[in-house]
Amino acid sequence: MTTTTDYERNMILSSQEYNVVGTRPIRHDGADKVTGRALYGADFDTAGLLHGKVLRSPHAHANIVSIDTSAAEALPGVMAVVTFADFPQVSDGTVDFGEEITTVHDLQSNILARHKVLYKGHAVAAVAATNAHIAEEAVKLIDVEYETLPSVMTVQDAMVDGAPILHESMRTNELGATVDDKPSNVAQHFQHVKGDIDAGFGEADVIVEREFNTVTVHQGYIEPHAASAFWNTDGRLHIWCSTQGAFPARDATAEVLRLPVSQVRVTPMEIGGGFGGKIPVYLEPVAAMLSKKSGRAVKLVMSRADVFEASGPTCGSNMKVKIGAKHDGTITAMQSYLAFEAGAYAGSPVGAGAQCVFAAYDVENAVIDGYDVVVNKPKTAAYRAPGAPNAAFACEQAVDELAIKLGMDPIDLRLKNASVEGTRRPDGTVFPRIGCVEVLEAMKNHPHYSAPLGENQGRGVAIGYWFNVGFESAVNIAVNADGTITLVEGSTDIGGSRASIAMQAAEVLGIPAESVRPSVVDTDSVGFTAVTGGSRTTYATGWAAYDAAMDVKQKMIERAATIWDVDVDSIEMENGVLQSASDPELNMSFSDLAAQMGGTGGPIVGTASRNAGGMGVGGGSFAGNIVDVEVDPATGKTEVARFTVVQDAGKAIHPSYVEGQMQGGSVQGIGWALNEEYYMTDDGTMANSTLLDYRMPTSLDLPMIDTVIVEVPSDHPFGVRGVGEANIVPPTPAIANAIHSATNIRMERLPMSPVAIMEETWKQS
Amino acid sequence: MPGKTYVQTRINGEPVDFLAEPRQSLLECLRDVIGLTGSKEGCNDGNCGACTVEMDGRIVTSCLVLGVEAEGSDITTIEGIAEGSELHPVQQAFLENAALQCGICTPGFIVATKALLDHNPDPTEHEIRFWLANNLCRCTGYDKIVRAVQDAASRMQEASA
Repeated sequence: MTTTTDYERNMILSSQEYNVVGTRPIRHDGADKVTGRALYGADFDTAGLLHGKVLRSPHAHANIVSIDTSAAEALPGVMAVVTFADFPQVSDGTVDFGEEITTVHDLQSNILARHKVLYKGHAVAAVAATNAHIAEEAVKLIDVEYETLPSVMTVQDAMVDGAPILHESMRTNELGATVDDKPSNVAQHFQHVKGDIDAGFGEADVIVEREFNTVTVHQGYIEPHAASAFWNTDGRLHIWCSTQGAFPARDATAEVLRLPVSQVRVTPMEIGGGFGGKIPVYLEPVAAMLSKKSGRAVKLVMSRADVFEASGPTCGSNMKVKIGAKHDGTITAMQSYLAFEAGAYAGSPVGAGAQCVFAAYDVENAVIDGYDVVVNKPKTAAYRAPGAPNAAFACEQAVDELAIKLGMDPIDLRLKNASVEGTRRPDGTVFPRIGCVEVLEAMKNHPHYSAPLGENQGRGVAIGYWFNVGFESAVNIAVNADGTITLVEGSTDIGGSRASIAMQAAEVLGIPAESVRPSVVDTDSVGFTAVTGGSRTTYATGWAAYDAAMDVKQKMIERAATIWDVDVDSIEMENGVLQSASDPELNMSFSDLAAQMGGTGGPIVGTASRNAGGMGVGGGSFAGNIVDVEVDPATGKTEVARFTVVQDAGKAIHPSYVEGQMQGGSVQGIGWALNEEYYMTDDGTMANSTLLDYRMPTSLDLPMIDTVIVEVPSDHPFGVRGVGEANIVPPTPAIANAIHSATNIRMERLPMSPVAIMEETWKQS
Repeated sequence: MPGKTYVQTRINGEPVDFLAEPRQSLLECLRDVIGLTGSKEGCNDGNCGACTVEMDGRIVTSCLVLGVEAEGSDITTIEGIAEGSELHPVQQAFLENAALQCGICTPGFIVATKALLDHNPDPTEHEIRFWLANNLCRCTGYDKIVRAVQDAASRMQEASA
């Protein structure tokens, strides 16, 4: 392997140049993170801190007959034990985490099981003790009597008549209404219809139709969930946790405990990865209740097995796709059936999958059926473009097969049918300006696409989409007398967003990125800010920072007008210099004015809040892959020999961290494609709940990941499109298409492990 | 419960003594007894590398070493990599190459990388990937980490030339 090449490995197809935006400064939190000083969830400490442990169900499905905690309570060093009985009755409402919505009832019974456990790992009770080892011993002394029930692990099994029922009260919402008053594991069936599907297939000269299956996979962040809580004697609850959103964590905890939100303060610690999985709360309300009962601060940290067995993975799925086209490559009809596992409670990402499945195609006739199905596995949580990678695995392989049948280049087929501004998706959304065509063209023009292949190698391409979200953000800026600014925001920084937000304020004010001191603060210290998720942070919080900086700029102009005694409208501020139009000699720098603030009217502060819209803001982002694989014919082992990711970033604020998102999402997709899976035994146990056996990609498994940033501006002031998610969508089908190119085997299931590939090989021969 | 053992070590160049329960790992002693929380726990079974420290010239996952086993040993943790207020070239290269996103794996990667370059000042890309294969990163896809290691190697070679 070598990194010396005859082409640019990290290209940017720029649309517009700026002074700060588009440069690569060192991130503001960098020094703390390379020296071990940054404090993450489990690093929290305070006087008298107790350590907790959660008792988890050994059964995938069982009624709880009784819980006896007396022996645990009697163990020296144990300060509190909690079960569901300690929690209040909750409202019939819902909790909106931004990327997912759940009922408060489901949220609470997922946090500590009430009457019934629904998956192995489901929390049943918890202990706080003077150290973690005593807490571990104590949970073993809790005596739970279970009545085990038959369990169900896949959507196919869960949907048949007579399947074990998880929730006796669940009725299928069938196209918006309950038509059958019978318990069911199908929470919802919805349908999107566009045009006339039968007429569309009637026009087709070629039709492809296939069924695909994927299995449960985990986000795989390296930091396990951690939360500490102190319930003060004045009734106020303070939580320190690793979360993608301090405000949603506050609101969810308050709902579960039936507290007003103002009684709860959440301080976000640094977060060691999330990818959607740290949007829900699991430990926070339990730590809070343990603190209330003990009168001490309590810390709860998950083990790695807890993370796998009890925090949100993303769903396995059963999907059917049918596509018809004319000989000239015009796609006339697209149909899909998407049945996604929700885990133990309703709420799979099938809705998002349905929005994304055909998003890249401007097709006149389409039908999409979506099913949200509960199974005896942990409740799924968002995972980077939730639902879209599953859907793309199905759609993009069908499109590949169509290209082969038509004898067309697979990128040309996609270009011929590509979505553009004004295209109406089957779910009804009409695209604003988008970069689907530009991404496909960049793929086609990349030297990778025409490079020669070696023996046993194949090449595949695919395109993927994520709609991106807006939601609420608030930012405060204060000017310092030394010509710098402090910027206060509520978006937890998972991958360099302090830098990408600070840089937008710096650009507006004409100061260097290094002159901004960004801080991520607690829920008492800034306005409501939604989760770091949905690819929203650089877009929405960045836009709020832009607005707050514009507020500062206006106030500086007003201050200069006062100092110079001239009309406000006669002053301009460009590149950090204030200039009077009436008198060329009246000019001063940002720093000059900052130094005079105190005596000329007091501190200058700017504030902004923004609701940047809902789903689909700015048109979302498209990403495409070109992948070369080498498949060992003797073992079925697949090596990724070369990988190129192209993505529309609108405008890359900090290109290094945009590339980082593209590379990281790609590699998660490679792991999903080739080896990651929840290996479930018949009794509902995850057999591989360690990082040795749940084999995520290591550095040795991979080549360098080449990037092309395409910049098709959105409605954001600098044109930003969130880039966090779309990049995980195309890898599984692109790799499947490459495997087909190398072996002539169409892989209809994930993961495409050596075993799976050999099984398909033997079927053919 | 058996009593605690008195353990004497050198950590980051200074003598450090502490009391360890027999069941406490070195990682737990570093974090909860001594207060050096820079080493992280990602798995507690030696598979993620976030707790990597150097112990008597070898890198180890400190979750797989017992605290009592550290008796008499010389340990370097992430807190001991920088020289005073000067970042080590490996740390500087990680910053300038954007080789971290969430940063939870970064302490382990930096300790492991420093040990690699101490052993092999001019590693190939394959040697870098092989050496770092016990350190999991879920954010970066490793591309920028490999580049940072290559960059650190050239900085260190230039500095010693």
